[in-house]
Amino acid sequence: MPLLPAGRRHRVAFILNGVAVEADCEPRALLSDVLRHSLAATGTHVGCEHGVCGACTVQIDGVPARACLTLAVQVEGAALRTVEGLGTPDRLSILQQCFREEHGLQCGFCTPGILMSLDALLRENPSPSEQDLKENLSGHLCRCTGYAPILRAARRAAERLKDAEHA
Amino acid sequence: MKPAAFDYLRAATQEEALEALARAGGEARILAGGQSLLPMLNMRLARPRVLVDIMRIPGLDGVAVEKGSLRIGAAARQAALLARPGLAAEQPLLAEAMPWIGHAQTRSRGTLCGSIAHADPSAELPLLLLALEGEVALRSRRRARRVAAQDFFTGLMSTAREEDEMIEAIHIPLAHPGEGHAFAEIGRRHGDFAIIACAARVREGAVRLAVGGVADRPVARAMPGLDSPELDAALEALGWELEARDDLHASAAYRRAMLRRLGRAVIARAAAEVR
Repeated sequence: MPLLPAGRRHRVAFILNGVAVEADCEPRALLSDVLRHSLAATGTHVGCEHGVCGACTVQIDGVPARACLTLAVQVEGAALRTVEGLGTPDRLSILQQCFREEHGLQCGFCTPGILMSLDALLRENPSPSEQDLKENLSGHLCRCTGYAPILRAARRAAERLKDAEHA
Repeated sequence: MKPAAFDYLRAATQEEALEALARAGGEARILAGGQSLLPMLNMRLARPRVLVDIMRIPGLDGVAVEKGSLRIGAAARQAALLARPGLAAEQPLLAEAMPWIGHAQTRSRGTLCGSIAHADPSAELPLLLLALEGEVALRSRRRARRVAAQDFFTGLMSTAREEDEMIEAIHIPLAHPGEGHAFAEIGRRHGDFAIIACAARVREGAVRLAVGGVADRPVARAMPGLDSPELDAALEALGWELEARDDLHASAAYRRAMLRRLGRAVIARAAAEVR
């Protein structure tokens, strides 16, 4: 029965974008803060810190989840994926490339979370309906784009991912 | 917007979790999916001394049919139930309403029992448990007991759970043959808490309407049938009885008006299913 006392330093180990990592934190540390402050993975953004805005969405064992509603100690042993795991500036993922082509972002604050949600959705459901996409995006606030370019980017990515699979 | 300090206990067995609850004397909280508790911790609306994480207890996430009911374990996640093959046949109201709970990004971790324990008056799951006449299975070191949904929700985020008890499961009766169901909700956007939500069941002319988001807890009442001239007056009376409140999202008058419309609409849809 591991009891981690308040105010002490505890080691948490998990997989981040395919790499085994460790971080020291208090029990009260949010996953979002440990990613950013301890592991310098600042691609995950922090907006509202109560699960509403979606900016901090990451994938925990393959499914999208709010890093601000997750304690770092809860992900001991889990496999995490953040926006840093999608692509690199000179080698964007198909989804990221489609966001660029369709102007699916302006300020970019909400983008990492949206990318992690859509990446998981398109893996699970390669042919999402308009309704599927809108319901998925309802978990994210974007105050720049009005969402229409994001939907176009998602549709384009779905098509291109299917082409890539057939090729 | 960061939690205050707490001890974190990763329970390996349910006995360990119950022991911790008994020892903490009301200063412990169960941590399951965390999708209701973490916002409360972040905003420091809750400051427990100990968090007891139950998600690594083997077998606690089970979902099974047991004596005519779906038994949903404390660690069963909302996304797992939604993905259950056959849910629409076992309990169509649950299958219809569950996509309204939060977002895909919160259903992935949020549990059903956690939402029941949190007892937000606008949340869908307490409303559904009440509409379907479900039960909450509670366990402490002292005893195990089952409480009907009707008696479980006692006020705003308040329940009949004692401080040393944890919800170990909820029981939701399977659909009765020949029964019609419907659910509807109004919110600012899909996935937000309900301004008002209604669930109706109709069987052999008997109508049960459950309403969330209006009173300090979900409320269910028998209602006159769709063809009865009494229905409008009964819906109007229910709106006043529930002491609909004004808040940032909607006025009390709007909530009463939407109760009349949404209440009638779900009763009509449920009745149409059995015709």
